[in-house]
Amino acid sequence: MRIDLHDIRKYFGAVRANDGISIVFEGGKIYGLLGENGAGKSTLMKILSGFQPPDGGEIMLDGQPVKFKSPAHALAHKVGMLYQDPLDFPPMRILDNYLLGRDVRVILNHGKAMAELRALMERYGFSVDLQANIDSLSLGERQQLELVRLLAGGAQVLILDEPTTGISAEQKDILFESIRRLTHEEGKTLILVSHKLDEVQELCDYAFVLRRGKLVGESSLPCSNERLVEMMFGQVPHRSERPDHEPGNPIVELQNMTLVTYRLAVKNVNLIVRAGEIYGLAGLEGSGQRLMIQACAGLIHPVEGKYLLAGQDATRWTYHHMRAEGVAYMAAGRLEEGLVAGLSLAEHVVLSLPKHSFMVDWSGAKLETERRIERYQIMGTPELAVDSLSGGNQQRLLFGLLNSQLKLLLLEHPTRGLDVRSAEWIWELLYQRRNDGTAIIFMSVDLDEIIERSDRIVVFSGGVMSRVVDAKETSVDELGHLIGGQV
Amino acid sequence: MKLRALIRTTWPLIPILMALLVTSFILILFGTSPKDALAAMVGGSFGDQSKVLQVLAFLVPLALSACGLLVTFTAGLWNIGVEGQIIIGAIMASWVALKIDLPTPLQITLEILAAMAGGAVWAGLVALLKTRGGVNEIFSGLALNNIAIILTNFLISGPWQPPEGGTFRGTQPFAENALLPLLGDSRFSPLSLVLAVIAFGVVVVALRGTFWGLKLKALGKNPKSAFLLGVSSEREVILALMFCGALAGLGGGIRVLSWFDSLRQSISGGIGFLALLVVMLSSNQVFLVPPIALFFSIVLMGSTTLHIRTGLHPSLGGILTGVMVLFVLLFGDYGKLFTRQKKISTPVIEDASHE
Repeated sequence: MRIDLHDIRKYFGAVRANDGISIVFEGGKIYGLLGENGAGKSTLMKILSGFQPPDGGEIMLDGQPVKFKSPAHALAHKVGMLYQDPLDFPPMRILDNYLLGRDVRVILNHGKAMAELRALMERYGFSVDLQANIDSLSLGERQQLELVRLLAGGAQVLILDEPTTGISAEQKDILFESIRRLTHEEGKTLILVSHKLDEVQELCDYAFVLRRGKLVGESSLPCSNERLVEMMFGQVPHRSERPDHEPGNPIVELQNMTLVTYRLAVKNVNLIVRAGEIYGLAGLEGSGQRLMIQACAGLIHPVEGKYLLAGQDATRWTYHHMRAEGVAYMAAGRLEEGLVAGLSLAEHVVLSLPKHSFMVDWSGAKLETERRIERYQIMGTPELAVDSLSGGNQQRLLFGLLNSQLKLLLLEHPTRGLDVRSAEWIWELLYQRRNDGTAIIFMSVDLDEIIERSDRIVVFSGGVMSRVVDAKETSVDELGHLIGGQV
Repeated sequence: MKLRALIRTTWPLIPILMALLVTSFILILFGTSPKDALAAMVGGSFGDQSKVLQVLAFLVPLALSACGLLVTFTAGLWNIGVEGQIIIGAIMASWVALKIDLPTPLQITLEILAAMAGGAVWAGLVALLKTRGGVNEIFSGLALNNIAIILTNFLISGPWQPPEGGTFRGTQPFAENALLPLLGDSRFSPLSLVLAVIAFGVVVVALRGTFWGLKLKALGKNPKSAFLLGVSSEREVILALMFCGALAGLGGGIRVLSWFDSLRQSISGGIGFLALLVVMLSSNQVFLVPPIALFFSIVLMGSTTLHIRTGLHPSLGGILTGVMVLFVLLFGDYGKLFTRQKKISTPVIEDASHE
């Protein structure tokens, strides 16, 4: 089936998640949809799968314009999406789960459904114990099941959102093999949303690249990774000259640190970050940077290895212990992890102060808040609830809540969503911190920002940390290689 | 704008009025004039001095539990176990009353402290199960409520049964000096009202003035951010629940030491659940809690008289309060109903949290 996306637009407030995207997907081909975090690829696919309506533009299936009301409606038009987290019902039996999406009669025909399910499973080389409960399956098996459910629903267009995150290599091979059969032999259209370049290169016939809500490039595959990286991140300017800061004593020393979550393992990290040094963590989303930052903040603990903070063994320290020792962590979601919606600016300032008396000195807190509002140029008053601040002002407030003397500052996307001037201003603040001897580790989706602001860069790719790169001497080519996982 | 502010502050009255309307409708269905019913109800609560005192005696434990719940609700905790905390408070007070004989002031002080300690420990169990065992406070609270009821039944039919033999109804009456000083013939103790007023003051100061109150507020609104801002959720959850448990326990103690004169089978009679409704109705506005608790007491006490005068079942009071809470849950939130929320649509940027 041929899909025409014509001038698709979707705005969230001032953010143009999809800003007039026109793409054509032909039948019988595997397409890769690439783009960094926030580029608009998931928004676009949610529109195509009926999850949300576009603000403007048109979807045409084989030349017929359609308007999807819901994912079920889209599936009735043979467009199905496999979400990153399978939308199944874990405590149910596989068969029931399968029937739930299919059978609308009162009496369920288990026997027929079982035969159907088994035939489909065999056809695509999946092997799952059909009597089992969903929650006893691995993520990969649940995905296979979900795929089969979509196919049984008659899907001719399949959208796969990051299908290989969290599944084993063997399951990945089976998945890719079935995808090839579905498209090249059966003529279905397949769209793979991913930011894993290697997989896209291996599997896809053609790639579309989105950046900031627009289609910025396309290429038939395979092509060079650097070319894709360049399309994804844009032309990266060279680092402007600025005086070096003489780094001091080691603040963070990681020795053979291994972090494990159910999705990703980051193994054997060795790194030394000194006082007054700025480290940028690059890499595609979900490659391990965030785990690393959270480990340095004491939010997750390494399963192996050692973490020394200013010479002290901090491997088992809790986040609150780290905080007391001068470590600060700023997460990406401002109102989710950082600010408390419904509390005022003054209440936040009181919470963040290092010393507390039993009774709150509200008039003193108000004065202190006013001081910080002025110093950090926040548009607001002490009594205002933080959720009524704009995003940029929330970010400034978060900086305003940091304590005065810090050993280590950990930042996720410090300038995300800010305009150029605000971003510049925030980096001025960070340089001041650096001059006071704070070590700074940050991650960003902006490769420009990382090259421009860091002293040194490490790149994460699939949980593996690269060698340390000097920001002054690196090039986009070099980082592109590292991001793609080539050493 | 003044009018708007007025509407906003008096908004909680609207569901009450609507519930009165619906209840009137039910009355008409049963062939009773709402006017007569209302008169009977008011007469039952304010008819004479003894009825007013009865309302006050009912109000005190209810208000105490509601004060405690203000703290747990602020911290975002559903302390369903408040009912059990009241019962354990009653059991502890009874224990002191039955087994210890001291001069009256000491005796009463000890009873009150025991009741508060009992409630606090019972709530502490909920807190420990939540922080250490990952058990939701709703489920552990329900379980502990049942255990508290079973414990009461065991005590009154076993170790504490009256010498003339167990009747499953209660222990023998406490000694005169173990009871709270009562006003006249009523079951109302002025001392208990003083305690309730003090408790209310403490809660107001704790929630508005102390750093602890601020931490609870942050925790209730966004535990994740609160944690990142340095609030230790475990410690505050335990403290908030134990604080509430102590006040609920005090309420239970007061109930056995004034309303009853012995430990009875259904010592709480649902006061804890009623207190939950009071706090929900107040939508966590501290100063709305006393008037709402008073209103509930009036309705419930009044409906007993209603039964005698009109033959309607006394559960009418329960229907009225229940309908009221439903209306509050449906459209009690003025902010959500009328001020069109300017949705600050944050850009939907997929988080990298699935690493």
